[in-house]
Amino acid sequence: MATIDLTLKVWRQNGPRDKGRFETIAARGISTDMSFLEMLDVVNEQLTLDGREPIAFDHDCREGICGMCGAVINGRPHGPQRGTTLCQLHMRHFAHGDTLAIEPFRARAFKVIRDLVVDRSALDKVMVAGGFISANTGSAPEANGAPIAPATAELAMDAAACIGCGACVAACPNASAMLFVGAKVSHLGLLPQGRPEAARRVLAMVREADRQGFGNCTNVTECEVECPKEISIANIARMNREFLKAAIASGEK
Amino acid sequence: MSKLDAKIPGGPIESKWERHRFDLKLVNPANKRKFTVIVVGTGLAGGSAAASLAELGYNVKAFCFQDTPRRAHSIAAQGGINAAKNYQNDGDSVWRLFYDTVKGGDFRAREANVHRLAELSVNIIDQCVAAGVPFAREYGGLLANRSFGGAQVSRTFYARGQTGQQLLLGCYSAMCRQIGAGKIEMFPRREMLDLVVVDGKARGIVARHLITGEIERHTADAVVLCTGGYGNVFFLSTNAMGCNVTAAWRCYKRGAYFANPCFTQIHPTCIPVHGTYQSKLTLMSESLRNDGRVWVPKNPGDKRRPGEIPESERDYYLERRYPSFGNLVPRDVASRAAKAVCDEGRGVGDTGLAVYLDFADAIARDGRGTIERKYGNLFAMYEKITDEDPYGQPMRIFPAVHYAMGGLWVDYNLMSTIDGLFVLGEANFSDHGANRLGASALMQGLADGYFVIPYTIGGYLAGTSLAPVSAEEAAFTDAAREVSERTQRLLSIQGKRTVGDFHRELGAILWDYCGMSRNNEGLARAKEMIRALRGEYWQNVRVPGRGDDFNQSLERAGRVADFLEFAELLVADALARQESCGGHFNEGYQTAEHEALRDDEHFCHVAAWQYGGEDNEPERHIEPLTFEHVHLTQRSYK
Repeated sequence: MATIDLTLKVWRQNGPRDKGRFETIAARGISTDMSFLEMLDVVNEQLTLDGREPIAFDHDCREGICGMCGAVINGRPHGPQRGTTLCQLHMRHFAHGDTLAIEPFRARAFKVIRDLVVDRSALDKVMVAGGFISANTGSAPEANGAPIAPATAELAMDAAACIGCGACVAACPNASAMLFVGAKVSHLGLLPQGRPEAARRVLAMVREADRQGFGNCTNVTECEVECPKEISIANIARMNREFLKAAIASGEK
Repeated sequence: MSKLDAKIPGGPIESKWERHRFDLKLVNPANKRKFTVIVVGTGLAGGSAAASLAELGYNVKAFCFQDTPRRAHSIAAQGGINAAKNYQNDGDSVWRLFYDTVKGGDFRAREANVHRLAELSVNIIDQCVAAGVPFAREYGGLLANRSFGGAQVSRTFYARGQTGQQLLLGCYSAMCRQIGAGKIEMFPRREMLDLVVVDGKARGIVARHLITGEIERHTADAVVLCTGGYGNVFFLSTNAMGCNVTAAWRCYKRGAYFANPCFTQIHPTCIPVHGTYQSKLTLMSESLRNDGRVWVPKNPGDKRRPGEIPESERDYYLERRYPSFGNLVPRDVASRAAKAVCDEGRGVGDTGLAVYLDFADAIARDGRGTIERKYGNLFAMYEKITDEDPYGQPMRIFPAVHYAMGGLWVDYNLMSTIDGLFVLGEANFSDHGANRLGASALMQGLADGYFVIPYTIGGYLAGTSLAPVSAEEAAFTDAAREVSERTQRLLSIQGKRTVGDFHRELGAILWDYCGMSRNNEGLARAKEMIRALRGEYWQNVRVPGRGDDFNQSLERAGRVADFLEFAELLVADALARQESCGGHFNEGYQTAEHEALRDDEHFCHVAAWQYGGEDNEPERHIEPLTFEHVHLTQRSYK
């Protein structure tokens, strides 16, 4: 089993009002088979035994699907490997002697709670504004009643794969959430059952994203590069078309 | 010991639920808004329950420990969800799903519940499609199905390898709509730390705000617990890191009975353990067994690479032992078979604790493209973790703790032994007996939340007189004080071992003595070891930080403290059940062919444990099980 030694420069911040600072922590004897979060576990065990504060970081499923984890590693959300969440990033992608700067996802809409933990509730608020199909339990028609071309279902699924981690926001110089919004607008809008409220949805979600302090999309496309689920920016284009159509042609305000 | 009454309605099994729905009292629409319901947990059961109750007009307060309700561990379910739609015209029916589930559970589930589950399965698919779940489709645009372990029909609906995610996002978006409508008040980053019982009825909870550390008191007219399973008691499992037994355990200590804790599911297809630092195990969906063939070398100690081992020297042991189900035998059977070949020294990989899952034949037959479409994300995940290409060489897999069939005891209405405390999804014990079939957990969570609780909670609220309740009452202030004291106690020990260190040791004890196979001597020893470890924990654990602050070490310390208590009950339950069935395999009870040997004369019942107080043994109650429709037989998948 190969092991490496690393120098971590970790962002430490006690709360939203604390200024925050980098702290240098040595990580020694790290197995290259570990995930990034397992490496942080090992470091935290040692910090605890040494009487120091362990590094706070969000995580849960550790298989790349819950969207809870995420930090910026050497300037890149979720680290250097494409299409990979931080929990699925393994230490074999780093070399002995590397220095890693580890920071929280930074955006005006994401306040730091502690160290690498940020408040992403603004994304929930965008969903509450319109990220749903209004279908009360019990009112559904027979599932095979309306066939959906598999290519359409696949496109919807590509967009629905978003895990809501916020990496797109952290990657964007404008801290825009348009990849997140575009993915949800596309997922629901591509499906026939999502059409009736499509105009209302896109207007409400875009408006709420603005209100939450997310920036605008200026086609930098960093979001697509850093998205751990490789959500395409075609979804933003689709959202823009949907938005224009809704703003001009629909009766929705 | 007393016998529990499950309140199963009378009449023929096919019409029990319909009749019962008619018999349940209704709450009229104007009165629903006078009731408040607390829903704890926002996975498939909690999310669907919260949304459905809010749509009906109840005021819902929903709680989760994650930062948003969209992250509950249901999200990680990969393979699919069963439903008796019979779209494939291959002989499926509500009756067959019912039959397969009772048999798959090794005759330790309640027939009436399972039949209801099978009936509701078809409505679930309709509801999910309406909510925008992008299930896989055939070229004609109709829904696709695949087959899964323990069944000979194709009844599993799926959304690539992310079915749980898509179903949960369906629930989450329905919740979002109700949050916007003001009918759900959402409390994220809260951990339920106690149940409050007033005049014998569940009337609220005590929760810790995980950012500020504030101990909060919340009142309600009923509490719906949807807090998932306890697999993390084993330390390594396929569960998310935060999954825990705490909410259920606190309810147990307030008087809810805990049923069949020893029924734990060990999933056969997980990525093997590779180091002591490892924090969790990753599942490879059971759907892979549709196309993958499981094998090990015929000769013990054969260390050649898989490609160098000729066909004639491979043992496709599942196909050999179970010709009719082959690689699709139920999970408990597949897991034990994998352990057996590894015990014979035929395991593969560095540790010898793995078997091959080989796709070479499927790729040759269907082409790489087809396999990539079906399982691409799973193959990618495998490669990320192991640094091996599963298209070019077989996967290595080994069983891992995955699901808890046991849970809080509930009656047919999903109400626990505490009035007004309902338990849904994996947190209850009800539908899977001693072994759950693949793609049935999602089905049960959604059936409970979408289609059972909206009716049964109405029956309870309409038929119960509930006095107004205040968070200032003694029951609330006492519970909050106890929670604070416990937190302070954990922080004040300042010992020499970390929480993780204790957790790892507890997990090793359970895996060694109460895992895939168990014996009386080992179980007795495990009980002593757990007690000793718990004693040390409260003397020597080190929890850094403060209580009135964001403190992840403290969160974990509380969960592990509860695991240390719960583990003893798990072992006691295993020791009391002197038979083998499903996931509970006592070496003293097996057939000549090493299959689980049930003792229906003495153990055809649910065991439900009642808390006896700090220094007393818990009391074991039983609910006898009768099988009128699926006849008690030795399970055979040959």
